Amino acid sequence: MSYLSGFGNRAYPVVQLTWGVTALSLAVIVICTGLVLVGTLRRRVRGTGAVDQVPIAPGESGLRWIVISVAVSSVFLFASLVGTVIVLAAVAAPSREPKVTIEVTGQQWWWKARYLSDDPSRTLITANEIHIPTGEPVHIRLIGADVIHSFWVPKLTGKTDTIPGQENEMWLEADRPGRYRGQCTEFCGWQHAHMAFFVVAQPPMEFDNWMAAQLQPAAAAASPDIQRGENTFTFHCGMCHTVRGTQAGGTVAPDLTHLMSRSTIAAGTLDNTPGNLSGWIANPQAIKPGARMPVLYLSGPELQNVRTYLATLN
Amino acid sequence: MTVSEIERVPEILPVSAAPRRELEEIWKTKPGIGGWFSTVDHKEIGKRYIVTAFIFLVLGGVEALIMRVQLARPEQSLLTPEQYNQLFSTHGMTMIFLYALPILSGFSNYLWPLIFGSRDMAFPRLNAVSYWIYLASGIFMYVGFAIGAGPDDGWFNYVPYAERPYNPGLNMDFYSLGMIFLGISTTVGSANFVVTFLLNRAPGMSLNRVPIMSWGTLTASAANLLVVPSVSLAFFMLWMDRQFGTHFFDVSQQGQPLLWQHLFWIFAHPWVYAIVLPAMGMVSEGLPVFCRRPLVGYTPVALATVATMILGFGVWVHHMFATGLPTLALSFFSSASILITLPSVVSVFAWIATIWLGRPVITTAFLFFASMIVLFVIGGVSGFMTGSVPVDWQLTDTYFVVAHIHYVLIGINVFPVVGALYFWFPKMTGRMLDERLGKWNFWTMFVGMNLAFFPMHLSGLFGMPRRVYTYPAGLGWDTINLIVSIGAFLFAIGVLLLLANVLVSLRGGRVAGANPWDAPSLEWATSSPPPSYNFAVLPEVGSLYPLWEGRLGDAAARSSLAEGAVLDHGRETFSVTPLEGMPDLILKMPGDSYAPFILTVGMSAGFSGLIVHWWWLAAAGAALTALAMIVWLWPERKLAQIAGAGYG
Repeated sequence: MSYLSGFGNRAYPVVQLTWGVTALSLAVIVICTGLVLVGTLRRRVRGTGAVDQVPIAPGESGLRWIVISVAVSSVFLFASLVGTVIVLAAVAAPSREPKVTIEVTGQQWWWKARYLSDDPSRTLITANEIHIPTGEPVHIRLIGADVIHSFWVPKLTGKTDTIPGQENEMWLEADRPGRYRGQCTEFCGWQHAHMAFFVVAQPPMEFDNWMAAQLQPAAAAASPDIQRGENTFTFHCGMCHTVRGTQAGGTVAPDLTHLMSRSTIAAGTLDNTPGNLSGWIANPQAIKPGARMPVLYLSGPELQNVRTYLATLN
Repeated sequence: MTVSEIERVPEILPVSAAPRRELEEIWKTKPGIGGWFSTVDHKEIGKRYIVTAFIFLVLGGVEALIMRVQLARPEQSLLTPEQYNQLFSTHGMTMIFLYALPILSGFSNYLWPLIFGSRDMAFPRLNAVSYWIYLASGIFMYVGFAIGAGPDDGWFNYVPYAERPYNPGLNMDFYSLGMIFLGISTTVGSANFVVTFLLNRAPGMSLNRVPIMSWGTLTASAANLLVVPSVSLAFFMLWMDRQFGTHFFDVSQQGQPLLWQHLFWIFAHPWVYAIVLPAMGMVSEGLPVFCRRPLVGYTPVALATVATMILGFGVWVHHMFATGLPTLALSFFSSASILITLPSVVSVFAWIATIWLGRPVITTAFLFFASMIVLFVIGGVSGFMTGSVPVDWQLTDTYFVVAHIHYVLIGINVFPVVGALYFWFPKMTGRMLDERLGKWNFWTMFVGMNLAFFPMHLSGLFGMPRRVYTYPAGLGWDTINLIVSIGAFLFAIGVLLLLANVLVSLRGGRVAGANPWDAPSLEWATSSPPPSYNFAVLPEVGSLYPLWEGRLGDAAARSSLAEGAVLDHGRETFSVTPLEGMPDLILKMPGDSYAPFILTVGMSAGFSGLIVHWWWLAAAGAALTALAMIVWLWPERKLAQIAGAGYG
C-alpha cells in the first residue's frame, strides 16, 4: 500500500514529487531543530533557574533572521509550487486515448466495476477485482451509489472520490503485471475499514482471455448436487446477487458469475477459501458487522449445497 | 444625574493612596452560591474556561486511549465499528471544539484586562454567557454520547452519510444542534474580544504597544465572526433535511453533497488557525521572557498573524482535492496552501532568533515553548506537503494526515497552553508550579507525543487509511501501530503529571510575588493573584514593555504605574480610541447578574425540546431566553455612560 514507489505513467511523476517535498521537509525539520537546540544550549544560563536574577539585555534587533529565512523559504516554496503545477499537468490526462473504460461504483461496502463497451454483449459487470491490461492507460468513471467513498490504488494512482449525484473521471496505468491493493479512503460508515479491492494488471493477451472468460455465463449445473445448490442459491441469494445464465438476477450485491476467479471475498476482507466462504455465508455479520448481507440462517445441508454450487462458478 | 457627573475629571492618586477597600467593595463577587452563578469577573470566567476545557481534554484523551488499545494490534475486536466511529468522532469534536478554542479563550479572558491595564472585558455579562453556553453545549453533546448517540460521522460530518437514510439515530441531531448552540458562545465571545481589543486598553497603549499575544486572539476572533455563521448554517440545513425533509444535501432531489463540504471547510480551515494563532501569541509573549530580551520582530510577527488568517480564508479547498474539482481551481488552492507557509516562517524564525540572541533560562515553561517550535515545524512541513495537490491525492485520508493534525493541534496548541500554564499559574494562583515535577512533565509529554505521532507519518506513507476501526495484518502497519499506542499512553502519563503538579502546587507551591519571572507586561504589575479590581490605580502606558523600561535603552519611554486614575464611582474603567489609545470615555461597567445563567438555561431547554420534538419545551425555552434578555438589557441609570472624560 506504500506510495513511496509506484508503477505506471500516472504514478511516476507523483512519486518523484512526493520524494522531493519529503526531502525538503526533512531538511527543514533538521535545520530548525538544530537551530533551536544549538541556540538554546549555546548561551543558556546555568544554575537553578531564578529567571528574575538574569538581567534583561535588548541585544540586536534580529530582523535579518526573518528577512533571510523568508527569502530562502520563498525560493523553495516557489520551486515546489512550480513542481506541483508541472506534475499536475503531467498526470491530468493520459498520453493517448484509453482503450478500456471502466465505470466503478463505490457502495457500502464493496466496489462494482462495469467494463463499458459500445457492443452491449461485451459489457461486463464484476466486483472488487478489477483487471486491466498492462501498458495501457485505463479510463475510470466513478459513480457514487449511496454515500461518498474514495477510490485509491496507492501504487498506481492517488484518490478520487465517488460522490452521489456527480460523475468523476480519472485514469490509471500499470506498466508491469501485478496485483495492486486498493481501498476506500473516505469515511463511509461501519465497514469503511473493510472496503478494499484489487487491481490486477495483466499483459494485454491475458487480459483479453480473462475478459472473454468473464463474459461467459455460468456453466449449466453438471450434477444433481450442483443443481440443488443452484436452486438453494437462487431462492436465498438471487434477490441480491446475479449469476448470469441462471435465474439469480439481483443487482444490489456483487455479481457472482465468476466468483471463483477472484482471490478474496467480502471486498478484500477474506481470502477466497472454501472455509472462509462457508463462514461468510453462514454469518457475514460476525465477520463484517453492519454489512448489507443479512444472516440467512441456512441449515447445514443448505449451506453445503450453496457452497458446492459456488465452487463451480469459475 | 448632574452635569459634573457626566463631565468628570477622574481623580489621580498614587498607588499607595488608592482606596483599595472601597474598590474591593465595588468589584468583588458576592460569596456563596449566588455569587457563583452571577459573577461576571473575567478572572473567574477565565479560570472556569480553563478548568472546563481541561476536563474535556482529559475526556477526549481517554477516548483516544480506548481507540489506541483497539488499534494496537491488527484485527482486534475490543470495539464494534459503531463504537469506534462514535469514539473517533467524539474525540475530534471534543478536542477541536470543546478543548482547543475554549482553553485559549480561557487564557485570553483571564489575561486580557490584565495585560491591557483595564478592569474587565468590554462586555462582562456577554463574557459570562459565552462561558455558560459553552458549558451547556458541551454537556448537551456529551449527553448524546452518553446515551449512545454521539456523532459517528467524524467531526467533519460529511453528507450523505449524516442524512437520515444512512444515519437514522439521534446522533446527528445532537451534533447539529450542539454545534449551533456552541456557535452562539463562540460568536458572542469573539465579538467581546474584538471590542475589548479596540476599546478597553490602558491610556497610552496605542496599537503598536499591545502585548503580542493579543494579536492572535484578536485575529482568531475576527475570523470566527466571519466563519462561524457558515458552519451554523450548514448544521441548521442538515437538521432541517433530517427533520422536515428539506433537500439541501439530498441527491435524489438535486441536493448537493459537495455544498456541505464547502460550507464546512470554509469554516473549519480558518478555525484551525483560530485554535493555533492565540497559542502562538502566548509563545511570542512567554518565550522572550525566558530569553531575557524582547521578541525579535514584534511588527512582522503581528503582521504575519493577521496575514495567516487572511490567506487562511483562501485554502479551504485543500481538504477537497480528491473531490474531482477542475485542475485550474486545484492549482489556485494549491498555491495558496503552499504560500500560507510564509507567515509561519516569520513567526518560527522570530522565535529562533529570540533564542539565539537572548540568554535562555531553561525552565519548564521555556521547554514547552521552545519545543513547540520544533513540533510546529514538523506539523508545518507536513501541511506544506499536503498543500501540493498530486502529493495530497496520496496523502489525504491516510494516517499521514492524522500525524499532521496532531502535530499541529498538540504542537501548536497543547504545548503552548501547558507552557502558558507554567508561565501564568503564579499570576492566577499566587503560587509557582513545581519545576522538578515540571521537567518530568515536559519530557514525558515530549517523548510520548513524538512516539505516538511521528510513526503515524510512516503508517500513512505505507498506505494506512484513517478512520478504520481495524486493519489487516501484514501490510507493514502492525509494529508502527503498537509503537503509536505505547506513545499515546506515555503522553497520557505526561498529562497526569501536569495534573498532579497543579494539584500539589495549588497547596504547597512556592509563593510567587507580583512578578516572579521579571516579565514586561502589565499583568505582572499587580499582585498575584490580582485583586477583584485588577489595578488599584489604572496604569498609563508609554511603551511596549512597561515593566522593562529603562533597561532597553529606551530613555524616552515612561509608563506610569505608581500613579493613575482611581475610577471608583461604581464599576468603572477607561475606554480608549482604537488606534492611539487615548482615553475618551469612562465606561460604567455592569455588575453581577443572573441573566446570563438564566438565558443559558432557557436556551438549553429550547435545544433539548428540539432534540426530542417537544415543541412546547422549545417554545418555553425560547420564552425564558427572551425574558432573560429583557432583564439583561433593561436600562439602568447607574450604567449611563459618561462622555468626554477630560483626562490628561
